[in-house]
Amino acid sequence: MSDFIGDFWSYYVGVAVVISITACLWLLWVTARGKTSAQASDTDEPAQVGTTGHVWDEDLEELNNPLPRWWAWLFVLTILFGFAYLAIYPGLASYAGSSNWTQVRQYEAEKQAAEAQVAPLYAKFASQTTEQLASNAEAMAVGERLFMNNCAQCHGLDARGSKGFPNLTDQDWLYGGAPQNIHESITKGRRGTMPVMAGAVGSADDVKNLANYVLSLSQGGGDPARAAMGRDSFTVCAACHGPEGKGNQAIGSPNLTDNIWLHGFGVDNIMSAINQGHAIVMPAHEAKLSAAQINVLTAYVSQLSNRSVVAAVPVGSNAPGKM
Amino acid sequence: MANTVTAEQFNYRVVRQFSIASVVWGVVGMLVGVIIAAQLTWPQLNFGIPWLSYGRLRPLHTNAVIFAFGGCALMATSYYVVQRTCQVRLFLGKLAEFTFWGWQLVIVAAAITLPLGYTQGKEYAELEWPIDILIAVVWVAYAIVFFGTIGKRRVKHIYVANWFYGAFIIAVALLHIVNSAAMPVSMWKSYSAYAGVQDAMVEWWYGHNAVGFFLTAGFLGMMYYFIPKQANRPVYSYRLSIVHFWALIFTYMWAGPHHLHYTALPDWVQSVGMVFSLILLAPSWGGMLNGVLTISGAWHKLRDDPILRFLIVSLSFYGMSTFEGPMMAIKTVNALSHYTDWTIGHVHSGALGWVGFVSMGSLYYLIPRMFGREKMHSVPAIELHFWIATVGVVLYIAAMWIAGVMEGLMWRAVNPDGTLTYTFVEAVKATFPFYVVRLFGGILYLSGMLIMAWNVFMTARSGRAVEATIPTVKTLAHA
Repeated sequence: MSDFIGDFWSYYVGVAVVISITACLWLLWVTARGKTSAQASDTDEPAQVGTTGHVWDEDLEELNNPLPRWWAWLFVLTILFGFAYLAIYPGLASYAGSSNWTQVRQYEAEKQAAEAQVAPLYAKFASQTTEQLASNAEAMAVGERLFMNNCAQCHGLDARGSKGFPNLTDQDWLYGGAPQNIHESITKGRRGTMPVMAGAVGSADDVKNLANYVLSLSQGGGDPARAAMGRDSFTVCAACHGPEGKGNQAIGSPNLTDNIWLHGFGVDNIMSAINQGHAIVMPAHEAKLSAAQINVLTAYVSQLSNRSVVAAVPVGSNAPGKM
Repeated sequence: MANTVTAEQFNYRVVRQFSIASVVWGVVGMLVGVIIAAQLTWPQLNFGIPWLSYGRLRPLHTNAVIFAFGGCALMATSYYVVQRTCQVRLFLGKLAEFTFWGWQLVIVAAAITLPLGYTQGKEYAELEWPIDILIAVVWVAYAIVFFGTIGKRRVKHIYVANWFYGAFIIAVALLHIVNSAAMPVSMWKSYSAYAGVQDAMVEWWYGHNAVGFFLTAGFLGMMYYFIPKQANRPVYSYRLSIVHFWALIFTYMWAGPHHLHYTALPDWVQSVGMVFSLILLAPSWGGMLNGVLTISGAWHKLRDDPILRFLIVSLSFYGMSTFEGPMMAIKTVNALSHYTDWTIGHVHSGALGWVGFVSMGSLYYLIPRMFGREKMHSVPAIELHFWIATVGVVLYIAAMWIAGVMEGLMWRAVNPDGTLTYTFVEAVKATFPFYVVRLFGGILYLSGMLIMAWNVFMTARSGRAVEATIPTVKTLAHA
């Protein structure tokens, strides 16, 4: 085992463990066989048992009753269990134990069994296209459960996301909404990075002007005078967001003209993006999910934006208007 | 031997100070516990204020109840017990005074820095390095006072309670210094001296022995003095105390890895930790048995003595927790219980039931004697405290036990298609009613503590600070 540098430390640890457990047994034996001042008896009438003869603090004394027998046997039993366990399972340093068990093997065996169990189910979906899967009720039921297990933590139970986590039910896609784009997002993950741009933009006032200009690209208000002054600064943004601010799905830069605000609406939020940048991560799932599961999930996510929002709310959630 | 009056008297001043501090910090620590229990039930109660948020108040709660309430109770009783059973005045009174004010400074520093978010991120060892150094200094001073007193004792044999207090003091110094080793980068930021899984192992070697020595050995010291005294009966078995003392302090040191089952910790370390955790069962029960059998034959005293009732019930919770602990250390059980509220329930049956009750019983014995009174201002109030606290503990641990098993089962439930049956938030939602019950149990327990604080205040107000004369050493003709 790689836990040890050479045999010496392995033996050292193994021997130390065995000696230590044996020491417990020795301690019990030595203490139990010492002379008691009375016969072991089941009555606990103190008169039969003498004290040790020591007195502290005027009246504190100690009897010297024998060890309760069931208790001593309990102690012996746990020690024997310990030896047996260490013979069967890995515990004595490099000694692997007779069962050859490790937590990694246990995990792999359980995973294999689970995969074998679900294989026939996914085999049915293997030959289907994303569109076919999206209209297959059984596949979508599986897809919804996969979504709840793996995606809902960030994108929400209703898939409508929250600040910093994209809404998957609308028509706006950072990296494209075609099945192959969604498939890639799930498989490889995505890293959305907006660098800190304040330095390139100029003074704090310039940043504020630029933020007002960005706001003016969609329908959203802001100060028109400042927006006009901020127009020129937008050239530094255009590299990623395009000269018209329409974004670029090839690099995941958001469209700034559509009134969808992943990191929050308003001048302050835009200024914060310019001043501090953004770094968001969608984790890769290729190691966590099987290829078949990713196919089903891709179909599930792609049909989310095609069905009504009400239908995307799972049963049991608050009905709209209740709040 | 000096002929001055003080030399012939016990130092009760520092005992009195620590006793009062223990009650005050008990109220504070349990109040913070109730607040965070409410926040877990209704997260809106975080109010969006960082220093009131759960993540910062939780370590404040654990530090306040363990090190402030428990620590002051341990220091009060150990200073009392070591003087009484060595029949000599406390060694270096000025240094003992320093341990009191030093420890209070540690507590206040913790109460300020933790809500501000300063933390080393190690559970039960959150305090940053300047406070860690102060703890180490105070602790060494405490050890000098304690062992110095033992050194000048007038009774030849060292009483069993002092073995446990002594082991607790030595082990906590060792654990604290090794686990807190860190590289400071600024006044309030440092990084652990260890990395990765080794850091985790050092942390849980510390963490589990904080339970074993701070919350067990020290309080067993309390048990070994106050139970025989209050029951007016000799300790049941000297040899049982020997075997369970040595076995307990030896095996506890190995048990830490059970906090890291099914992690990056190598299999063999996990197995060794599990085996020693199981072997710990009998040594732990040895302490319970020695306490319970000391009272046996005097059971009638439980009828009208609420102090003795606190002490005996503390032992039953101790026995229950120390059975539950080894069971939870078994890998198969741990796979279900780990990360669930079952762990919280287990910790609180030990903390509220064992540590809390044995401290309360001991303080109810101690405080009247510190103020020249026969007994507490109100004995019915002790009775009321006992019942309120007992119902509180039972509600608390039953709620957490059910919630924990439910969470464990919900997290592992799998659909035929291989997906999890429940999303995480569904398991969170299902715990709600149990969190409400837990909160209610906590409020009851806090209410009991408030009754105690009132009772202590009334006792102190109508009494006066006294010192007691050291009695002459008695020896029996050897049996």
